[in-house]
Amino acid sequence: MDSKQRSGDKAAQEMLECMFEAGIENAWDRLQEQEPQCGFGKLGICCRNCSMGPCRIDPFEEGPQRGICGATADTIAARNLVRMIAAGAAAHSDHGRDIAHTFKIAAGADNGDYMIKDEAKLKEVAARYGIETKDRDIKQIAGELSEVILSEFGKQAGTLTSAASYAPAARQKVWNQMGITPRSIDREIVEIMHRTHIGVGSDYKNLVKQGLRACLSDGWGGSLIATELSDILFGSPVPIRFGANLGVLEPGQVNIVVHGHEPSLSDIIVGVSQKPELLKTAKEKGAEGINIAGICCTANEILMRHGIPVAGNFLQQELAIMTGAVDVMLVDVQCIMPALGSLCNCFHTKLITTSPKCKIEGAEHIEFSEERAVQVAGEIIKVAVENFTRRKGAVNIPKARESGIAGFTTENTFYALGGRFRGSYRPLNDAVISGRLRGAAGVIGCNNPKQVHDSCHIAMIKELIKNDVLVVSTGCGALAAGKAGLMRPDAAAKYCGDGLAEICETVGIPPVLHVGSCVDNSRILTILANMVSEGGLGEDISDLPVAGAAPEWMSEKAVSIGMYFVASGVYTVIAEPLPIQGAKNLTKYLTSEIERDVGGKWAFERDPIKAAGMMIEHIERKRDALGINKKAERKLYDMEDRRALTF
Amino acid sequence: MDKIITVDIAKCLACKSCEIACALAHSQSGVLEEATNEEPKPQKRVTVEPAAEFGVPIQCRHCESAPCIRICPTGAIQRLDEQSPVLVDAELCIGCKLCMLICPFGLLQIGTEGRAVIKCDMCIERMHTGRGPACVEACPTKALRLVTIEEITKAKRKEASEKLINSK
Repeated sequence: MDSKQRSGDKAAQEMLECMFEAGIENAWDRLQEQEPQCGFGKLGICCRNCSMGPCRIDPFEEGPQRGICGATADTIAARNLVRMIAAGAAAHSDHGRDIAHTFKIAAGADNGDYMIKDEAKLKEVAARYGIETKDRDIKQIAGELSEVILSEFGKQAGTLTSAASYAPAARQKVWNQMGITPRSIDREIVEIMHRTHIGVGSDYKNLVKQGLRACLSDGWGGSLIATELSDILFGSPVPIRFGANLGVLEPGQVNIVVHGHEPSLSDIIVGVSQKPELLKTAKEKGAEGINIAGICCTANEILMRHGIPVAGNFLQQELAIMTGAVDVMLVDVQCIMPALGSLCNCFHTKLITTSPKCKIEGAEHIEFSEERAVQVAGEIIKVAVENFTRRKGAVNIPKARESGIAGFTTENTFYALGGRFRGSYRPLNDAVISGRLRGAAGVIGCNNPKQVHDSCHIAMIKELIKNDVLVVSTGCGALAAGKAGLMRPDAAAKYCGDGLAEICETVGIPPVLHVGSCVDNSRILTILANMVSEGGLGEDISDLPVAGAAPEWMSEKAVSIGMYFVASGVYTVIAEPLPIQGAKNLTKYLTSEIERDVGGKWAFERDPIKAAGMMIEHIERKRDALGINKKAERKLYDMEDRRALTF
Repeated sequence: MDKIITVDIAKCLACKSCEIACALAHSQSGVLEEATNEEPKPQKRVTVEPAAEFGVPIQCRHCESAPCIRICPTGAIQRLDEQSPVLVDAELCIGCKLCMLICPFGLLQIGTEGRAVIKCDMCIERMHTGRGPACVEACPTKALRLVTIEEITKAKRKEASEKLINSK
């Protein structure tokens, strides 16, 4: 076992060696056990949707070319793909729905566990939903907004309000022409399940169409709602320093690792953990304090709002337990490996599940409810404190620990670029037009043991910033960048091209901006919408010199995210191909012809440097089309020029 | 043996249908839904091994000069006649594992029942009823084939001679 072949992260390598020596299995070992993996599954040409099957199409065209019902490879792969989108959109949107429920509780409570923290954003969002905000009580506005938003999920007629109020007009026109404007959220997901049932549609393009519609209801709907309401409830992030990697675990403290996605419980845990009586109990048990650290997107949510350190990303969840220093791993939903249950049996670590949607064999279940948030948080912390005394032997915490700045949002980042005096997207757009910035890229997504952990994120990001492409990042990709030191402001001088370095140094931002969790990819959409409305870079998102990538993706959520970027006009490159390549026409459509329909398209490339090259090439093509690809002369402004400026 | 199982590696998608079909063919019931509950668990005699980005289904080559037959101290491994596949008589096998050590392909294993050695038997019982080996029948891309040596060598001769002509 060569740990360097498994992870590019030093702390992870150290723990992988420990696991190997101890003979404890992890995701990398289980991948090896699964190999070789089934080609029909990889190519997307196995259909299990009815009991006449399962049917498989022979990609070498010697065996059967149709399933029992007559479905071709294109039909089968398209059905499977849009079902992945349905699952991904459902996960994000259900997260959004939970936050909306919490928001409703906060709106109705006078002194509850949840309160409205960002009133300015509340008014901004309410206005987007056409709610009167002038001279109205905050709670009244919040109450009305919560009703309106909750009804968006199951709306039966009209258009999803956020898709119509946040997206650029030109983009909406494209959607309307294609008939993919989302009507609501749940309906689009349900319609995918209907359309992929035996004997409904077989036209692969028409199946993809519903996939596009559903993913838009995720990006511009469910995910966006999760982001906006989380900001209102828990406070809009502001740039904040954070520590990253397994080294943030404290040997002498009670360590609670929060893992999963929703901020509702973790945000409360952060506050409750520092209550004097709990700290006192912890001290009585011999601990120096109570340390909260995060994994996956729960980590992103609380690190960007409270500067809570992050223990690692998706592939480090097992490694964190291997340290023997985690007293409780607290999980809610999504990306939690069932393997944690049996792994915790080897250690004193208690795995606690909290969501009725997610129970895991081997875990203790302490059900969370928004109505009793502080109480449940207290109970869980007490379990952790008690468990601290049951630690077996010495802990084994790797030293590796980085620091970085997170907490950038659609609202604060690019205003920060212009400073207080002229806070707007103008400086960003001007930097792109002048060529100091070539463009921007979103490098997002998961970890996948098929790639060397973190290394594809890091290699791709370095290549992009070297070429003056500003990178925004979310999810486990953002955590990879943070752990590699790419979110420190001094990374600019070290890794960036001259143009990007100059901008980062002037404004004091890192070259890779942490914009949040995976539902916060909606922030990237709204950033793109703001770049369009600022002017000078075309009329639509598809005109912008930008690209997206998920170099280590694995989840169905990533498929939905990728598809909503494509449907929003963004060129999107992923490493592992979508499981569609056994269907030639469908593959050709999604990687080429779809660009004519929606302005964006997919590309598959496992080599992160090559993939970055493809993104830069695309950015250059967009710059050419905009006619901004001439290096502008630096000009000294005289008084007349200054008067002509319209700031 | 006239007929052998060949693999077209480029066509193998590693779906492991051959593995399931093999275990099923050597189960008591021969019915998938029942076989999963049988004790001892049905065992496969073919495995799809990972090699670079390919999957390679591999099973006993039924060597003409089989080292396992020569080394077996009890005569448990034998051929019934010239056309017979290499077979193990579980009654005679003492589980000494010498055959496992000497097989150049690592294609023998200890069975869960009685700890006797098991290996591919070319589905000899199925062959008697005129059906081919289960793995070949189950392969959805026809990567596995049961062919005669003559068929293979003839095809190769044809290819080689065409190459000669075309290389002028």
